[in-house]
Amino acid sequence: MKFSVTVTLKKDVLDPQGKVVQNTLISLGINLKNIRQGKYFEIEIDEKELSVAEKKIEEMCNKLLVNLIIEDYKIKKL
Amino acid sequence: MKSSVIVFPGSNCDRDIAVALEKMQFKNKMIWHKETKLPKSDLIVLPGGFSYGDYLRSGAIAGKSLIIDEVIKSANEGCLILGICNGFQILTETGLLKGTLLRNKNLKFINKDVQIKVTNNETKFTNKYKKEQVLKINIAHNEGNFFTDNNHLQELKDKNLIAFKYCDEEGNINEKSNPNGSLENIAGIYNAKKNILGMMPHPERMIDTLISNTDGVNLFSSLLN
Repeated sequence: MKFSVTVTLKKDVLDPQGKVVQNTLISLGINLKNIRQGKYFEIEIDEKELSVAEKKIEEMCNKLLVNLIIEDYKIKKL
Repeated sequence: MKSSVIVFPGSNCDRDIAVALEKMQFKNKMIWHKETKLPKSDLIVLPGGFSYGDYLRSGAIAGKSLIIDEVIKSANEGCLILGICNGFQILTETGLLKGTLLRNKNLKFINKDVQIKVTNNETKFTNKYKKEQVLKINIAHNEGNFFTDNNHLQELKDKNLIAFKYCDEEGNINEKSNPNGSLENIAGIYNAKKNILGMMPHPERMIDTLISNTDGVNLFSSLLN
């Protein structure tokens, strides 16, 4: 089973990289309202039960992939 | 006093801290991160550097290494723990210290001598300093922008757990004297029991006038006190 995990900074956390990217896009003449930079993981595991697999991915997020103080995550089955 | 310095792949201030500890008469041992036992230590140091190339997040991988379980156990038993720079980042990743270190606000790696103020001089780490003493200490980091939630920030203030704050030469704490965007200019914090100190500045680089100054010496002599 294959999953994707998208990690984004929480709303209140400053994202200076996103701001620089935003300013550069604007300087290229492409206007936008807001941009936030994040991380993306693709994870493959040997598991037949969807609920068990999802639990495993969640454990990975909570234990290592995500810093829950500053980041949120979304899991999606691919 | 016995100390242990934990060495990770990518640590690069481990030798500096060992030289500083030995100069101050600590009996020091270097401990590789794959060890599962720690020698009896009064002080454990997590040194600066770029453990695991800062992959995933600074300190994230080192924070899950084999020896860390022993470090956490010792910390809970009251052993003194000092995390400098990457060591501070590792401490937040293990959960021994709350909060986190974000990318510097200006997105640049900063390597320069800055002023910090001793906010609390009544701890095992700072009792040889004067209250509100201004020190000139080197910083060298890309992720030193301290951030935490409001509850923890309030706890830090209420329980006097802020160790150092960035300031200018006169001791003024303001936005201008904040090199990296840290919340309230915070440069170092303690845990609630004050046996764990995490700090971004490098006291081990300030122990000899030949290369810098001696503003870091009293941190080590405080520990011996």
